[in-house]
Amino acid sequence: MAADPPAPAVRLPRRRGIEFTLIVMAVLLSVFGYCAVAYARHTALPPGAAVYGAGLGVLAVLAHVAVRLRAPYADPLLLPIAVLLNGLGLVLIYRLDLETPGDRAAPIQLIWSTLGVALFIAAVLFLRDHRVLQRYTYVSVVTALGLLVLPILFPAVNGARIWIRIAGFSIQPGEFAKVLLAVFFAGYLAANRNALAYAGRPVWRFKRLQLPTGRVLGPIVAIWLLSVVVLVLERDLGTSLLFFGLFVIMLYVATGRTGWIAVGLLLACVGAVAVGWLEPHVHSRVQDWLHPFATIEAGQGPNQLAQSLFAFAAGGMLGTGLGLGHSILIGFAAKSDFILATAGEELGLFGLCAIFLLYGLLVERGYRAGLALRDPFGRLLAIGLASIVALQVFVIAGGVTGLIPLTGMAMPFLAQGGSSVVTNWIIVALLIRVSDSARSQYDGTTAP
Amino acid sequence: MTKYIRRAAALCAVLLLALLVNATRVQVFQAGAYDDNPANRRQTIARYGQPRGAILVGGRPVTGSRDSGQQLRYERTYTDGPLYAPVTGFASQVYGTTFLENSEDGILSGSDPLLSPFPLWNDATRAQNPAGKVVTTIDPAAQRAAYRGLGTRRGAVAAIEPSTGRILALVSTPSYDPGELSGTGRAVKHAWERLNGAADKPMLNRAIRQTYPPGSTFKVVTAAAALDAGVVTDLDTPTTSPDPYRLPGTTTRLTNELEGCEDASLRYAFEWSCNTVFAKLGVDVGLSDMTRTAADFGFNDRLRIPFSVAPSNFDTTLDKAQLALSSIGQFNTRATPLQMAMISAAVAGGGSVKTPYLVEKTTTRSDSTVSTTGPRTLHQAMNPATALRMRELMTDVVTEGTGANAAIPGATVGGKTGTAQHGIDNLGTPYAWFISWAQADGTMEPAVAVAVVVEDAAADRGDISGGGDAAPIAKAVMEAVLGF
Repeated sequence: MAADPPAPAVRLPRRRGIEFTLIVMAVLLSVFGYCAVAYARHTALPPGAAVYGAGLGVLAVLAHVAVRLRAPYADPLLLPIAVLLNGLGLVLIYRLDLETPGDRAAPIQLIWSTLGVALFIAAVLFLRDHRVLQRYTYVSVVTALGLLVLPILFPAVNGARIWIRIAGFSIQPGEFAKVLLAVFFAGYLAANRNALAYAGRPVWRFKRLQLPTGRVLGPIVAIWLLSVVVLVLERDLGTSLLFFGLFVIMLYVATGRTGWIAVGLLLACVGAVAVGWLEPHVHSRVQDWLHPFATIEAGQGPNQLAQSLFAFAAGGMLGTGLGLGHSILIGFAAKSDFILATAGEELGLFGLCAIFLLYGLLVERGYRAGLALRDPFGRLLAIGLASIVALQVFVIAGGVTGLIPLTGMAMPFLAQGGSSVVTNWIIVALLIRVSDSARSQYDGTTAP
Repeated sequence: MTKYIRRAAALCAVLLLALLVNATRVQVFQAGAYDDNPANRRQTIARYGQPRGAILVGGRPVTGSRDSGQQLRYERTYTDGPLYAPVTGFASQVYGTTFLENSEDGILSGSDPLLSPFPLWNDATRAQNPAGKVVTTIDPAAQRAAYRGLGTRRGAVAAIEPSTGRILALVSTPSYDPGELSGTGRAVKHAWERLNGAADKPMLNRAIRQTYPPGSTFKVVTAAAALDAGVVTDLDTPTTSPDPYRLPGTTTRLTNELEGCEDASLRYAFEWSCNTVFAKLGVDVGLSDMTRTAADFGFNDRLRIPFSVAPSNFDTTLDKAQLALSSIGQFNTRATPLQMAMISAAVAGGGSVKTPYLVEKTTTRSDSTVSTTGPRTLHQAMNPATALRMRELMTDVVTEGTGANAAIPGATVGGKTGTAQHGIDNLGTPYAWFISWAQADGTMEPAVAVAVVVEDAAADRGDISGGGDAAPIAKAVMEAVLGF
């Protein structure tokens, strides 16, 4: 890190008009998708199209107004991408609701989205400077641990202890813990990165690989243990993978020490092998990944992963068109973990790639804000939040397309799940906040 | 830190790239294999996603389609299930398809690429062709007459048009309602188990899939072979035939059920069905000429009408005693009712055996023709001159002999009865056979040739005879075709 540059000489354009235009297009695209589903199924436009469009539009415009008021320099792509993904997610869930008339998830998802946007607006309005969060580094980690431990007290749902049920609503506290952990990592690493970067001695003289000493290794081992505990007690492979990956990335960005990567990978391998060997739930996931059609050959019919692959294959290049696929054959979790299969089948490879690129753009804008910021906490926070999205997309999208073993996790914004959509709105709010700082302080030395 | 952020960003880019490449692998390169995986329900869902095409009899559909509202949406229905089951077969969502439902499945399900004017366009738009129609050659009046004639007895009727080979009736009793097997669910499973377990095998298509010993009706083949080979030159010249006839190389004596067969003329022997005369004639004609004539009539051949017909059998390696028995339709000689109708049709139609067929044409839903079937000659089974003399013999059977029950005023009718022994020591209830043809007076061509077999002809064994049990059914079918 170079010495602080001088005060900014030029100011970047605010680009709020572009943001507004993109939001309008995102809302129109979502309404179009909603109409396309209804038209494909009933050859008539849905009666609630205008209401749905207006609702989504009002939410988006309110968020836009909040950004205009309190974060005028924020990256103009972040909010439209969030609106589009959330709108598309509602369309896909509405589309799957047509196959399960007894179980309507879209209205509840809309309520959660509203709550998410409300929290987004609140965060943008009241969090004036992201550096305030640095003060709450340790409060964050304690709260995060509390949230993670909480579901252990509640009964398991579908083999995983990650939900708590309050007044009919299922909440996944682990989702909120992600943001808090990113805040903690950013705060902890920003304060201790020099100690972490320069402690230890080289293992091989001729290489730059240096292993850290035991003293600074402590917190890392603690995090690793935490993720294993989460995995074993809550059977939530995805979340533990996410936490650990997030920590390794942030540690590397903070210290630049490849030694950390080596330690991280080693610990991850040890953990993965041990858990894959000891824990039958995880073991079967790995077997399913290696042999997705084993249950078919055994005469038991296709399992969820096989059904998911069938759905993607049925989509081909152009997809069947919204409302015309059969991804409901996946059965359980079609609206949540496997929502991407519906997108793949009905929108095809083109639609799927567009969705991946939207996520890629979201992550890229987060990283760009990290690059442009000057304070280490802000940089690490931006990288952490963007990495959460990146890792989450990779873990679940890779899982349902057979790239990596399947682990239960919500596709950000798309999947059914209130905690997830609220958390993702908070992530976007924080990214808006740091990108506003980054671009309002722009001095022409780094990329905006 | 900037450098490390860039590297972390590069890692994210690699992850994104991995997702894109993998998505392409699944959705493009492996898509075909996944689509064709038998556990993938999508092709089945698409298949039943539109109404199945109609099978037409006499210009009217005998099949329909019902919207079940289930995942497999349309189920097959039949207007006269048991009547046309030997023609249509069944189209089950669980147990597959048979007969026309099977052999014309491409047209009926809409998957046949010929149904589409622009096949590549459909591949791009994922549009499905509306299902086509199958127009059969069946004459509904003849079909009904045959079905009513058989009634509650076990048996089969096949009727064809001698000049073309068009199949006019194809009936098998007892029958079943193929509509019971259309859908999914417990009722279908129970129906399947019940029908397969039933002792009288209602799903067996006796007209084409069951072979019977043809008994005396096979004497038409032997007589034609004898006339063609010149073993007999005149119908009324006495043959040299002892009664009883000792089978060559054995001590077994073959007898007749009636008097006057010793040295009988071919006309008398045919009229009164003398076993001794025809057994010796077969031996006199010899194995090679007998097998060639039988093969020319269609024996030992695998026919498709368009679904496959069980091959009728005439052994090609026989000693003389076996040849003698085979020549009167016993020993290993076996024939389907359709095969016997072809023999009758060959006599009526100047010796030419036409390939029988059941599908007149297939069309798209909007009646533009996809394919047509025309008459094709399978073989010339005998000289036209021989055929004329065989017509004479068969006509005599009806006017003077055992087939009097088939006589129709206003038409020339030829026939041949048969009562086939079978079972261990011939103790099974004999099969009553009757094969015939009819030509209305004043017309140029015979209109119909029929074969009838009744398995359990009558309760009292002594009364069983082709003339008594089978001939009235044949008469009813011929009258239906002639429009009398």
